[in-house]
Amino acid sequence: MARLTIEDLKRIKEEYKSTLTLREGGSRAKVTVHMGTCGIAAGARKVMEALLDEIKKSEVKDVIVTTSGCAGLCSKEPMATVEIINEAPVKYVQLNEEKIRKIFQEHVLNGKIVEGFALVMGSETAY
Amino acid sequence: MERYRASVMLCGGTGCIAGGSLKLKNALVEELKNKGLENEINVVLTGCNGFCAEGPVMTVYPEDIFYEKVTVADVPLIVEEHFIKGRPVQKLMYKEPLKKQTIPLMKDIPFFSLQVLRALRNKGLVDAEKIEEYIARDGYQAAAKALIEMTPAQVVDEIKRSGLRGRGGAGFPTGLKWELCARVKDDNKFILCNGDEGDPGAFMDRSVMEADPHVVLEGMIIGAKAISANKGYIYVRAEYPLAVHRLQLAISQAKEYGLLGENILGTGFNLDIEIYQGAGAFVCGEETALMRSIEGKRGMPRPRPPFPAQKGLWDKPSVLNNVETYANIPQIILNGADWYRSLGTEKSTGTKVFALSGAISNIGLIEVPMGIPLRKIIYDIGGGVPKGRKFKAVQLGGPSGGCIPEHLLDTPVTYEDIVQTGAIVGSGGMVVMNDLNCMVSVAKFFLEFTAEESCGKCPPCRIGTTVMLDLLTKITEGKGKQRDIELLQDICRDIIATSLCGLGQTAPNPVLTTIKYFQDEYESHINEKWCKTGVCKELCTFYIDEEKCKACGVCKRACPQKAITGEKKVPHRIDQSLCIQCRSCYEVCKFGSVQIGPRSMRETLKNLPPQEPLKNVEIASLAGKEE
Repeated sequence: MARLTIEDLKRIKEEYKSTLTLREGGSRAKVTVHMGTCGIAAGARKVMEALLDEIKKSEVKDVIVTTSGCAGLCSKEPMATVEIINEAPVKYVQLNEEKIRKIFQEHVLNGKIVEGFALVMGSETAY
Repeated sequence: MERYRASVMLCGGTGCIAGGSLKLKNALVEELKNKGLENEINVVLTGCNGFCAEGPVMTVYPEDIFYEKVTVADVPLIVEEHFIKGRPVQKLMYKEPLKKQTIPLMKDIPFFSLQVLRALRNKGLVDAEKIEEYIARDGYQAAAKALIEMTPAQVVDEIKRSGLRGRGGAGFPTGLKWELCARVKDDNKFILCNGDEGDPGAFMDRSVMEADPHVVLEGMIIGAKAISANKGYIYVRAEYPLAVHRLQLAISQAKEYGLLGENILGTGFNLDIEIYQGAGAFVCGEETALMRSIEGKRGMPRPRPPFPAQKGLWDKPSVLNNVETYANIPQIILNGADWYRSLGTEKSTGTKVFALSGAISNIGLIEVPMGIPLRKIIYDIGGGVPKGRKFKAVQLGGPSGGCIPEHLLDTPVTYEDIVQTGAIVGSGGMVVMNDLNCMVSVAKFFLEFTAEESCGKCPPCRIGTTVMLDLLTKITEGKGKQRDIELLQDICRDIIATSLCGLGQTAPNPVLTTIKYFQDEYESHINEKWCKTGVCKELCTFYIDEEKCKACGVCKRACPQKAITGEKKVPHRIDQSLCIQCRSCYEVCKFGSVQIGPRSMRETLKNLPPQEPLKNVEIASLAGKEE
């Protein structure tokens, strides 16, 4: 990888903004599985595996799966955030393999929020 | 063309005209004229809006407020409230009829809405293992700014003006620390990061390192620029494998991109950062001990001065900051000191991360503006004490901190105010205790910890903590004497005054605060041999109030000793010779019929007459009272 200059920094920022915000990257949905120590201890890996398995089976190509750190509510892990393009992100809590499969089928594929597992909608504001 | 500050787009479609929108327009124009607003607010009659069922409808720009079913009678209200006072009229605003919002929004849940994310701004948003995602969230922009546009003195000045204080616990002003080191002339200086988070119940730094490792590196780059260091170490406990893994990955990605190493971003500035894994000694969180540990020696503190800013790692000028402190730095450089000061209080600026744990509903990691009252953190963000239990105390600052009782919950969380209570803000562990906690045992727990973790170098700490632990153990075993409380306080004062490092100087805090706020518990342990919470097994007797017992059998099933007897409709009883004081029955009873008495009750309870069926008991007790 080439050494960066200040211009490269700006370029990377613009390039990767799309994967973070979903506006441009061509993807329709993004699922973030929170994998801090708390999440992993509560079973986030199994949730992740089940999710990847669902994606493979459904053969969709426009869904990004990514991991991230602790979402802050360690007592409600495993957690995942589902973001559909142009919609507010939804945080799901206390997941297991079955629940994430249902969320994938209903929310990610059909746009219907699984209310029973959802905690909250919207993104946190950083100042 | 005239410029209006607002426009009212009133629907003039057939549906709305039939609903009276023409009359409405006249009334609106008239009212605006009366209030002298005709040159400020423009009223436009538009084509059909399409929402005929809710007509007459109108939209107010620029706020984009949609009003429905507006009548002439509403006009004065709209003009007065919206156009003069700037408050949209809620009751006329559009409500979605069928789509009921069943999932709450973040702004409606205090856990989210009361938080302000600065150090944790990337929490749950970026993939910790991809440097590009960090860059996309303004990552390394602050480092670039510091390296290219700022002089070391300017960086120091910005941090000083921000008022940022060390987030590791002591609260020493970060900018001042940097300035002291920057002043020393030496070609070899070190920038160090303290990730040796060891307080029980604290996991702020771990979460930052796991979720956003690059922010730590960026903070260190800026610090290195400020003090002119070219070498850095991150000291992390080996018990944090995921943090170590992600930091390592972050370092190698940053090196590949030329954000670490030689000639960073083409500025000619060099900085190398390495990870040093600590082996789990609590004292290594103390700065001089940490430096000895990196040198490969036994982690023990040494007297200060000389301070690390003059003689630190390998006797070279060094700056050591906590993980969370570094996580604040890039945002300060990017947004300025004034922005940072806009939150918090005069002397405690910005935000603080806390790890909520213990008897609290929302266990987790939060970031709040400094100055927020403890009560708000515990009840609004934390959701209060679960299972109908009562709040008893909140422990701040781990083994160096203290317990704050209910009546001080309105204390604002600032370095100055918390110290007044006898506790410290500390690194951010916040352990909530409910009425099941015995405060003497809590003090004993922390003393067990500090006595174990004392490095043994200085006698006040090595011997003092052990003597205190012995006294506390005696009290919990029912061998305490009245003068022990005073003796404990005396020893505490001596240890604080004479210990070498922070570990010893703060180790008495848990004892002092529990005596200060819960002296009655110490006294009942010593005088009545009675631990009213049933934690100290030697000092309690569990028995069932047979008048309150509903004979539901829950306690009987919970008892691991099969010590509880009683059939359906026969009040239950605990066999004292079998009871091991495990408290299971007490915790499961829904009627509060399991009681905790002093130790002395055990003998009397052994000689009770056999139980009688429920009804009879009630009658018998009534009869007894009448006599």
